[in-house]
Amino acid sequence: MNDTAQIFDITAIRAEFPILSQKVRDKDLVFLDSAASAQKPRAVIAAMVGAMETQYANIHRGLHWMSERTTEAYELTRDAAARLLNARDRSEIVFVRNSTEAINLVAHSYGRAILKPGQAVVISGMEHHSNIVPWQMLRDSHGIELRVADITDSGELDMAAYEALFADGRVGLVAITHMSNVLGTYTPAGRIAAIAHANGAKVLFDGSQAIVHRRIDVQAIDADFYCFTGHKLYGPTGIGVLWARRELLDAMPPFLGGGEMIASVSYERTTWAEVPHKFEAGTPAIIEGIGLHAAIEFIESVGYPAIAAHEAALTDHALAKLSAIEGITILGRAQDRGGVVSFTLDQAHPHDVATLLDRQGIAVRAGQHCAEPLMRRLGVDGTARASFGIYTTPAEIDALATTLERIREFFA
Amino acid sequence: MFEDVRDLYNAEIIARGRRPRHMTRLAAFDTTARGDNPMCGDRVQVWLKYAADGSIAETGFDARGCDISKASADLMVEAVQNRSPADTRAMFERFRAMAQSGQCPDCAAFAPLKPLAAVHAYPSRVKCATLPWHALMAALEGAKDATSE
Ligand SMILES: Cc1ncc(COP(=O)(O)O)c(C=O)c1O
Repeated sequence: MNDTAQIFDITAIRAEFPILSQKVRDKDLVFLDSAASAQKPRAVIAAMVGAMETQYANIHRGLHWMSERTTEAYELTRDAAARLLNARDRSEIVFVRNSTEAINLVAHSYGRAILKPGQAVVISGMEHHSNIVPWQMLRDSHGIELRVADITDSGELDMAAYEALFADGRVGLVAITHMSNVLGTYTPAGRIAAIAHANGAKVLFDGSQAIVHRRIDVQAIDADFYCFTGHKLYGPTGIGVLWARRELLDAMPPFLGGGEMIASVSYERTTWAEVPHKFEAGTPAIIEGIGLHAAIEFIESVGYPAIAAHEAALTDHALAKLSAIEGITILGRAQDRGGVVSFTLDQAHPHDVATLLDRQGIAVRAGQHCAEPLMRRLGVDGTARASFGIYTTPAEIDALATTLERIREFFA
Repeated sequence: MFEDVRDLYNAEIIARGRRPRHMTRLAAFDTTARGDNPMCGDRVQVWLKYAADGSIAETGFDARGCDISKASADLMVEAVQNRSPADTRAMFERFRAMAQSGQCPDCAAFAPLKPLAAVHAYPSRVKCATLPWHALMAALEGAKDATSE
């Protein structure tokens, strides 16, 4: 990947996203909800439409031209994803529907076959429900203990509390967010992995948010599993990636059974296909997979250094602007953070805030953000959340801040 | 700036959202139920006391949520006062229809709920307005919990 010297031209980038020129309620769209799902660049839309218009067929099974072309295009996404994560080998890339499925795959397959009843799984106090519920299900079906590493009041992982959870030597797996979808906090992945490994545990990172804002290198952080979801990375819905070390994937049993994932089938005995196909039962999200490739190439063409610099500046700007408004409380003050800012307004409930912002064309999210336990830890019923992407401008953040001031007056 | 939201955020709704008149837990009650909207974190608990003839003598609520859900709960308490459970259920059906469509065929019957008529223009907020009613319906059924649509 060429990360160097691309010029970050926000006007040119915005021009790649057709939706950004939409009017909402006769107002310019200010889309500050990319953490829920990002908008799609022209290249992604074109790749998907193009594949359907010129070469569409099922993959891995047709002997005809169309199927060969489509198989090739789909498999190129695997190479792109391996490059994106700096995986050792393309066979370590398993396609799934989204992060939720990736985590369920690990919980179901690794969790049941490799973890032993009595062992523990560690999560953090700032997980998305997708990285809580699968482990609770494993706990209840398989006798695994679920441990939660608390966060500090600034919204960072409490490293002492985390490390203490390993004291009895029973932790088999850590499953933890690499960036909180509520607080914006990046967790120190390298240190988390080092501590897990020193205690004989494997580690899975939920990179759903993290991979949007900065470059991920699974070898550098020494991860064992890493997952992300395509739709937050400017790609389509219905396609995501689970990366895992090859030797782990080899040792793990399949998740779903069916076509595509077998070597041979008889009524007596079925043998599994090679990794990663062993984990890819059924006809996959072919068109979405091809769209994800275009999204990855789009990210690469802009370059992570430029993206990270742009979004860090935006986030600083947003924190400064919002902090200056009386009555606004920002949740999470992590040192290392990505483009997500959650806040409450003392005058109004987050839903009322979101509705009034929406009337000005400003899209934010309000509620619990699929993180109910975290809301409880923070002592709030919900928050409003502004999140930023590659196409967000400082002027949009100014519009948010100005409108929030008006909302305070409205409810005063 | 917000003239266009005054249809929903009208004086009545804001006043009741800010300072509900009936947001009290009844000391003595016959039934209670909770309504939860797990997607957004809103929660309403309703307490009911029946009169000797089976009609609703007193209603109280506690709410954690937005102005729309609190105002709706507050208006609901007044609207169902002295009504039979059957009447109350019918009223809920009419209210729900109004909240979803904006149409209000026999509005006269529930004038107190009219300040919420515009909520249909805010589809993501309809469930805020109906949440207290779901709790009330659950209380009438003797159930403990309700979830919103
Ligand atoms: C941190 C985090 N994990 C997991 C998810 C789940 O992603 P998906 O719904 O695409 O599976 C999300 C997004 O909602 C998220 O922000």
